[in-house]
Amino acid sequence: MTVSRFRNILYTVAAIVSLVGLADATYLAVQALTGETLGCGGSPDCFRVLGSSYARVGGIPVALFGTLAYFSVFTFATFAAFGYVQARVLLIPIIGAMFLATLWLLYVQAFLLHAYCRYCLFSAAITFLLAGLVIALPPERDGSGA
Amino acid sequence: MKRYLPFVIVGVVALATLGSGAMLYRAKRPQLLTIPEDKVLPGKNDTESMHIRGNPGAPVTLEEFGDFQCPPCGNFAGFADALVKEYEPHLRIVFRNFPLQNHQHARDAALAAEAAGLQGHFWEMHDVLYREQVVWSKTDNVRQVFESYAGMIGLDLDQFRKDIDGEKAKARVDADRERGHSVGVDRTPTVFLNNRSLGPNDRTPEGLRAMVDAALKEKAATK
Repeated sequence: MTVSRFRNILYTVAAIVSLVGLADATYLAVQALTGETLGCGGSPDCFRVLGSSYARVGGIPVALFGTLAYFSVFTFATFAAFGYVQARVLLIPIIGAMFLATLWLLYVQAFLLHAYCRYCLFSAAITFLLAGLVIALPPERDGSGA
Repeated sequence: MKRYLPFVIVGVVALATLGSGAMLYRAKRPQLLTIPEDKVLPGKNDTESMHIRGNPGAPVTLEEFGDFQCPPCGNFAGFADALVKEYEPHLRIVFRNFPLQNHQHARDAALAAEAAGLQGHFWEMHDVLYREQVVWSKTDNVRQVFESYAGMIGLDLDQFRKDIDGEKAKARVDADRERGHSVGVDRTPTVFLNNRSLGPNDRTPEGLRAMVDAALKEKAATK
């Protein structure tokens, strides 16, 4: 298998993985927008995370930022798989930012709220997987693109 | 064709995300409930069986279905009391027990509140339970903690121990839950303002104030 082909496979896998994250983040964003997280009825710990002040930035649900981030990753990974070099360049900082945000959110759950939400943990796992895929990408040498 | 394919794929995913998000939003949007005529709360008469804070004959009633182990119920209780004082004598709050099954100690807490109520100190226990929610929620032996609260608010401890396991307290908690189920309550806090349930954003201090003002205007207009 050529390096270029291996790279395209990784971009395709990243696009598919980001779709799973997109579904998770969309679900969380809808929960936040409907106000479902402002009451009890589901998992009490999920409420403690999603109903906390850390779950919003400037009044906007963090999950909504997550939805946008996963959609961006999907878009760039798809274009990268089709050989668009600029998309490859943009993919790395986005996943890096998501990785840092995920570390912060895990810290909040573990040390500030002492509660975990399984949907947030799932999203964290997806982000770590995306970060792993980006790290596994062979370095660009040819500079060719569509 | 290959040149346009990524645009098509991204476009399809964007539409699918927006579409499924919108469908999910419609499905999860809180259903606003209305208490049917035959279950509407009585006015100032026949209110002995209810826990009322504020003027029993107030024109505006907030009926809350709460769970003492639910953090948003604690938040709501925190400002609802201040609101009753602010709107005195135009607003009353009726509390109903709706302990959720996934909250380990919620039913015990409801029974403790009702046992305190049998000695005429329901609201004192209600306030302590919400104030100390973080403490007792994570305790194994909650009965012991509730007894300490009972001592703190000056209850007869022997009577409290009997009442917390007694039929009267159980019957009251069950009756409240039954009423909740019969009007469609499935989560907490569910708050009815003059028999119409409030959406999540109306349960904030600002939202609630606006709703109470509107209800008072409506009452004044129909006089």
